[in-house]
Amino acid sequence: MDKKDKNEAEQLTANPAKASMAKDAEEIEAISPWKDTLRQLRRNKFAIAGMGIIVFFILLGLVAPLLTSYGYEDQDLVNRLMPPSAEHWLGTDHLGRDIFTRIAYGARVSLQVGFFAVTGALVFGSLLGIIAGYFGRWVDMLISRIFDILLAFPSILLAIAIVAILGASLQNALIAIAVINIPIFGRLVRSKVISLREEEFIMAARAQGMKNGRIIFHHILPNSTAPIIVQATLGFGTAILEAAALGFLGLGVQPPTPEWGQMLADSRDFIQLAPWTLIVPGVSIMLVVLGFNLIGDGLRDALDPKMKNS
Amino acid sequence: MSDQETVLEMNDLHTHFFTDSGEIPAVDGVSLRVNKGEVVGIVGESGCGKSVASLSIMQLVPSPPGRIVDGDIQFKGENLATATEKRMRKIRGNEISMIFQEPMTSLDPLFTIGNQMEEAIRIHQKISKKEARTKAADMLKQVGIPRAEAILDEHPHQLSGGMRQRVMIAMAMSCDPELLIADEPTTALDVTIQAQILDLMRKLNKENDTAILLITHDLGVVAEICDRVVVMYAGQVVEEGTAREILKDPKHPYSQGLIRSLPKLREREQKLYSIPGTVPKPKMGRVGCRFADRCPFAFDRCYEETPSLIQLNNQRTSRCFLYDKEAQEDAESPVGS
Repeated sequence: MDKKDKNEAEQLTANPAKASMAKDAEEIEAISPWKDTLRQLRRNKFAIAGMGIIVFFILLGLVAPLLTSYGYEDQDLVNRLMPPSAEHWLGTDHLGRDIFTRIAYGARVSLQVGFFAVTGALVFGSLLGIIAGYFGRWVDMLISRIFDILLAFPSILLAIAIVAILGASLQNALIAIAVINIPIFGRLVRSKVISLREEEFIMAARAQGMKNGRIIFHHILPNSTAPIIVQATLGFGTAILEAAALGFLGLGVQPPTPEWGQMLADSRDFIQLAPWTLIVPGVSIMLVVLGFNLIGDGLRDALDPKMKNS
Repeated sequence: MSDQETVLEMNDLHTHFFTDSGEIPAVDGVSLRVNKGEVVGIVGESGCGKSVASLSIMQLVPSPPGRIVDGDIQFKGENLATATEKRMRKIRGNEISMIFQEPMTSLDPLFTIGNQMEEAIRIHQKISKKEARTKAADMLKQVGIPRAEAILDEHPHQLSGGMRQRVMIAMAMSCDPELLIADEPTTALDVTIQAQILDLMRKLNKENDTAILLITHDLGVVAEICDRVVVMYAGQVVEEGTAREILKDPKHPYSQGLIRSLPKLREREQKLYSIPGTVPKPKMGRVGCRFADRCPFAFDRCYEETPSLIQLNNQRTSRCFLYDKEAQEDAESPVGS
């Protein structure tokens, strides 16, 4: 940082006439692409709101034990289906469990599912996409057809099939969600790599005697990160939704571990009697998905050169 | 200009593209030689195979669909046409460097100039990052970039096209290559910057004794810096000679056309000459002179036989029957190809 400031200072003193212009230019030019993106993102109110929502749920999950005196599996059959009150902030469910407590602990599960499923899909999808895009020919043919096959199924059906084979558990739900998201990342990265491969700087890198691995990991991958990051944030929301859907079907996390989708499923018989038992987990899912989508949209705009305004 | 040490010798190179619509001979039997410290220009219209020929030297022809099918490329006693990828990586950027047409896109937009130069240097030289950085700064100074230290920390988008081309040249020269292949290095630049870049290349050529193979369609560039010129047409060499000879006294009708189509300062012709027609699409098994359809001097023989390169004097060759004296005397004599 010091060095950069010094250079800028030198430029300013060397060119007093252009000092005012340089000051504007300083903001526009003397900045790396990533810093520029962050700056753009900070200006986007929706993205900030999205980040606020996500940070809120992350904190909620982290400090859950401090916020509530109940355990997430503590049943209190006397106080079943109680509406929100001072003792139970968001009411209780059909087994008398505190909904706020379960939502807070459930945030841990949902965010974990989102994180690991997206990470898994991202790593394997990007890797396959890069291999397909960079090497082309039959390698591309093979990988692309596998993606096509995976995409041909409705994703939730595929997830159900995978969980049915592996058995219902949090871990298997994670694997299923990761697998169904692999082709989404894979195709995205593949197309980006194909367009990058034709770029002159990749040819120049080869002309400098760089190895394929080096070109892929030092030049192609960093230049593909923008769409990957955007897709990852958007995918986060989808993954949580898919986890909730699996939970709702009883194929995800097994009770008594609190999971938002499963909370929805458990409460659907009481929709008339105790609507809060449905509304609270439903709204939580919606908010988290919305939060990630807002961040994703903001990132996409910030990373899109066409959307750049001075 | 006498017999010097040869750096690169291409013999009867055939690089073909295998596409869905058939086999396309983009480079169809090209031979050329580059001596130590010499600047050789390859001139021709777009699509004549000059870029493919230069990419073949580096084994960088996009494959598939391209492939060197025949011929050899001798570089310091080694045949590059059959060299392994591993060996080629040692040569690329180290012994033979290359710069490209678009300085705007030849640098990775995400990294600083310093980062990229250090990377390029450290591929071939086992030195520390710090040493590489010092070397990069030295190279930038050598190519005439002011405040080199500051430029090292800048990103490509902060530099102008001319500056970026200088950076590319600095990068290409950083391992002190024996041969620099420049594929239309000045085409994307404006005229004043073009002259500066050409001056710079000439200076590096003189100072470091680096041979340069310059690919261009611009005869002005040729006049500026080339020692020898190879004129290519439809995948073949049609004329070869010193730059002076070719510019002053072109022999092949195609070279004549090229030179006539240059605007001249003194003459007040209303309309600029252009060679009628377009470059024919390369295809396999073509018989006859490839330029015949557009040639003002074409006669029957041009359509029936394929002319070979005819030696005019020790440095000059031309692929045209007009100079085939023996055959003119004796129409029956067979012509080798």
